[in-house]
Amino acid sequence: MSPRATTGARAAGGTADYLDQRTGIGLAVKSFARKIFPDHWSFLLGEIALYSFVVLLITGVFLTLFFVPSMGVVTYDGPLATMRGQEMSEAFASTLHLSFEVTGGLLMRQIHHWAALLFMASIITHMMRVFFTGAFRTPREVNWLVGFVLMILGLAAGFTGYSLPDDVLSGNGLRITDGVVKSIPIIGSYLSYFIFGGEFPGEHIIPRLFTVHILLVPALILALVGLHLFFVVLHKHTQYPGPGRTDRNVVGYPLFPVYVAKAGGFFFVVFGVLALMGATMTINPVWNYGPYDPSPVSAGAQPDWYMLFLEGALRLMPGQGTEWVIGGFTLSLNVLVPAVVVPGLLFTALALYPFIEAFATGDKREHHVLDRPRNAPVRTASGVAILTAFFVLILAGSNDLLATHFDLAINDITNVFRALLFVAPVVAFWATKRIALGLQRKDRELVLHGHETGRIVRFAHGEYVEVHKPLDDYERWLRVQHEPRRPIEILPAEDERGVRRKGYRRDLLRQRVSRFFYEDRVEPVTPRELAAAHSHGAHDSLPTEGSAPAQIGSDGAHRGPDDEPETTDSTRIDVVHG
Amino acid sequence: MSNEPTSADLTVHDGEHALPERFEDPGLGPHVARVGDTDPAAAKRSERQVVAMFGLSVLGTVGFLVAYFVVPADGTVEGVRLSNLLLGLGLFLAMFSIGIAAVHWAKTLMSDHERVEARHPQRSDAATREAAVAVLQEGAKDSGIGRRGVLKGAVVSAVALAPLSIAVPLIGEVGGDWNVSKFRHTVWTKGRKLARDPNGTPIKASEVTVGSVFHVIPEGLEEEEHWIEEKAKAVVLMVRLDPAVLKEAPERKDWSYEGIVAYSKICTHVGCPVALYEQQTHHLLCPCHQSTFDMADGAKVVFGPANRALPQLPITVDDEGYLVAQSDFHEPIGPSYWERLK
Amino acid sequence: MKAIAARRHHRFAPAVLLALALLLTGAVYAALAPSAASAAAPSESDIEAGEALFQANCATCHGPSAEGRDGVPSLIGVGAAAVDFQVSTGRMPMQMNGPQAMAKPPQLDEEQTRQLAAYVASLAPGPAIPTAEQVDTTDADPANGMAVFRTNCAMCHGAIGKGGALSEGKFAPDLSGSTPTQVYEAMLTGPQSMPVFNEANLSPEDKRDVIAFLEEQQAGSPGGTDLGAVGPVAEGLWVWVVGIGLLIGLSVWIGAKSS
Repeated sequence: MSPRATTGARAAGGTADYLDQRTGIGLAVKSFARKIFPDHWSFLLGEIALYSFVVLLITGVFLTLFFVPSMGVVTYDGPLATMRGQEMSEAFASTLHLSFEVTGGLLMRQIHHWAALLFMASIITHMMRVFFTGAFRTPREVNWLVGFVLMILGLAAGFTGYSLPDDVLSGNGLRITDGVVKSIPIIGSYLSYFIFGGEFPGEHIIPRLFTVHILLVPALILALVGLHLFFVVLHKHTQYPGPGRTDRNVVGYPLFPVYVAKAGGFFFVVFGVLALMGATMTINPVWNYGPYDPSPVSAGAQPDWYMLFLEGALRLMPGQGTEWVIGGFTLSLNVLVPAVVVPGLLFTALALYPFIEAFATGDKREHHVLDRPRNAPVRTASGVAILTAFFVLILAGSNDLLATHFDLAINDITNVFRALLFVAPVVAFWATKRIALGLQRKDRELVLHGHETGRIVRFAHGEYVEVHKPLDDYERWLRVQHEPRRPIEILPAEDERGVRRKGYRRDLLRQRVSRFFYEDRVEPVTPRELAAAHSHGAHDSLPTEGSAPAQIGSDGAHRGPDDEPETTDSTRIDVVHG
Repeated sequence: MSNEPTSADLTVHDGEHALPERFEDPGLGPHVARVGDTDPAAAKRSERQVVAMFGLSVLGTVGFLVAYFVVPADGTVEGVRLSNLLLGLGLFLAMFSIGIAAVHWAKTLMSDHERVEARHPQRSDAATREAAVAVLQEGAKDSGIGRRGVLKGAVVSAVALAPLSIAVPLIGEVGGDWNVSKFRHTVWTKGRKLARDPNGTPIKASEVTVGSVFHVIPEGLEEEEHWIEEKAKAVVLMVRLDPAVLKEAPERKDWSYEGIVAYSKICTHVGCPVALYEQQTHHLLCPCHQSTFDMADGAKVVFGPANRALPQLPITVDDEGYLVAQSDFHEPIGPSYWERLK
Repeated sequence: MKAIAARRHHRFAPAVLLALALLLTGAVYAALAPSAASAAAPSESDIEAGEALFQANCATCHGPSAEGRDGVPSLIGVGAAAVDFQVSTGRMPMQMNGPQAMAKPPQLDEEQTRQLAAYVASLAPGPAIPTAEQVDTTDADPANGMAVFRTNCAMCHGAIGKGGALSEGKFAPDLSGSTPTQVYEAMLTGPQSMPVFNEANLSPEDKRDVIAFLEEQQAGSPGGTDLGAVGPVAEGLWVWVVGIGLLIGLSVWIGAKSS
């Protein structure tokens, strides 16, 4: 070892000693450094969200140094010809300044906005992964709720940031918000004053949004991200089913060095991709929209994508007859239903789903091995149905662009989406459930009969069969490891003495929910079934010596060196034993 | 489920009764070695790739710095675009290469032997739980919170009331003067001239030809104390319609002038400016949520999520031929709210 | 101009003006056309050639004397500007009925368009084709143009004129392919769904500034590709395709075992 290395090692040792004496960090290092994390690409989706958030913080700090959160009116005298001499708020003027006159400012702004869109997109994708694999089950229900609140905070962060430049597009977004807030019964008008500090737009909204955007919401997100990750460490990460993976262990690679390199590296990858997007793709070109003025509006007036479902709901709701006057008070259902009730239902269903499913299963055990989505057909189908509704609303929110890009009439699109909003989720639910059950049957088939080899053999008595290769233990385990889930049985309404029992109605409801979840099911193959299949259809697996079949053809693609000699019969037959 | 065996199919042979209910977990599969694990040359190659990627990152940073000094944002579209592109590509190389290098390092050079760590149930064991309950009980007993009812009440009320000292002024001040009746009125008054938006010049009736559309603000709007709030309520859209197509309610006959009608531009749905006038159909479409109003028929809703017609501004002309308002709107403009009709 | 523009929509205007036109044809046009000196005054032969073109290409729908019929507008009094706009953008002669006439390669050449415009203008006075001077943006103020555009045009054509949807399958076209003359003519004559912005509503200076603003857009976007400049929906689409797409691809690579 060279003297240099020794010096370095000594310095490191000295620092470690100093730190440990004052913090006792040795214990933490010992227990965390070799903590095991399972490896799967879908576990990185949450990391995309985390890293976009870090990028948001970094670029956000840059932007705060140049952005002026003020609605004071100034006359623009910067370099932009289309703005020169125009009156605008300081917020808008400083956005133009940092975009056009601060070197790197536009890049930071574009990365910041792309990162915000990516933050929400990755949160949704991560949530989908957690949902479809059942990762929210005991003991992680609380962490699901933390994640859910993070998603809501992400929406809040995005919305408040989107409005800061005080441009026409986001200003109209605020105006829509004001209209929605006013529709809330009893307190609506006061809530509008609460938000805007008086009448819309006032001169307070930008500074207020700024405080919410750079202080309140990020602080909450930071705290909850900490809690979210604390839970991950506490519960240890879930893992996909597979040989050797159980609810009592975690299989993977150590945090140090493998995950430090992989996850740390992934941060730079995410930053890099965002930098590439910021370098090449324009986002939120406020210089096109112009400074806010309550009179103009431009075609293509839409919010960022994560709010588009609300926009879509507002567009789809028919207005005729949906504004009720009760005792002289106005109840605007045409606004309340799409802007408050629909998202309310969607979000409540999402937040409560783990508890609904736990109620249906009555299962209180810990689950650390994930479900394959096909093995929970009703859950998977419910998730797809919610996503379908979400997607229809997003498309409805883009109906004017669909109209211009596909030469359609906006009125027709709207009418079709009105119907689709109710029909599509039902169809999606039904189709997904059928597909999931079908995939489970395919798994059973595979376990019972093995892989098709493409080799067709003929028995002496003339029967043709295709030779199947049985699954090895590891392949099979993946397809049989899950527990069969059945509807719960409940005690009868009356006990043996004929007395009506307490809690029967609750149990009955529970049974109904449970039946909805598990009535239609395909159970995994049991060893007994496999043994029976083998004895019944043994000739499927391999030609038996007793009835030495003449092979009459084989699929060329599958032919290997072990194949039987060339056939004497010229006929090729592709009949599969069935 | 054609392959599911029926009970008749279950030809029981030796030992089948001993079969378990479920399959056994075969345990972790055999470890498959990577090329680099067995071939030192491959490992060396991976190392060189990792080093090259880190090198690329350094080049990216250098490129970024060069771009920063050589191509500053000069305020022109072309200049800013070039600066943004070069800086962004430099940053991309600098960051992305570090990421790829680190991941490649982890994947090819660090150990890929899977390890198993045991999990323990989240639930504390019975003894710990008991001890925890005991500690809490002891503490509660020591504090006497159970016995001293007045004390309990005092603590609860003090702690519950204290936040009011922050909440009351906050809620009191944050809404301005809380005078929500301002929604009802705009700055339109009898005789106030209709002016062009945005330049504020008054409009003569003779200038408004059939088929044209005027975006209107009250004259002298900039002098208003809260001009932007007033503008947000007072904007009007004005068209002249062929008297043959114009349908007017009897009580509004004199609200228009020779086929010139003026309606609030603020949507009765959620308040977007409805400004998209199609002169052939005389429909007015809102680009936000596609509520459609018929300008020739009292601005009634013909499609979309709005429920009410746009409020009409009664207009006439003054002695010089300029268009003026007869009064304010006869109903609150914009989206509905709870006490709108009160 | 203004007075005539207002009067020409009177119920009897077509008949009266037709009679006038028959008497005064060329002279009236020349007298009313703005800066007639710079525009080559159409000759009698131009009008004749235009009439022949009209009978061949337009009369089937608009009628032999351009009086129009149900659903087909009368061309009496629309002026040369309207003809030049409709024909030079290929919208007329119309190929088929639809929600609106579509732009396509022009079917008549410049000379024929000028003759046709001269003929229609000869029927009754109407807005003339703007002169080169009127669409010259050398001294124009793009900032005022943007303010005017934002209030009067952006709701249909989008913030920078990339187009947008109207009701029932109609749409406001993308303006980036239009010539300054066509933009000016469109404002002046209000083709199809578009309202008219006469010289009293938007002054000639305002119109010129709008053209200057649209010309500024040719420089493109400072932020890179403009993604169609249609707003946040496109941005949302691309963050899923490029952002999430690329990162999931890379995640699969990170999660996969090295060979």
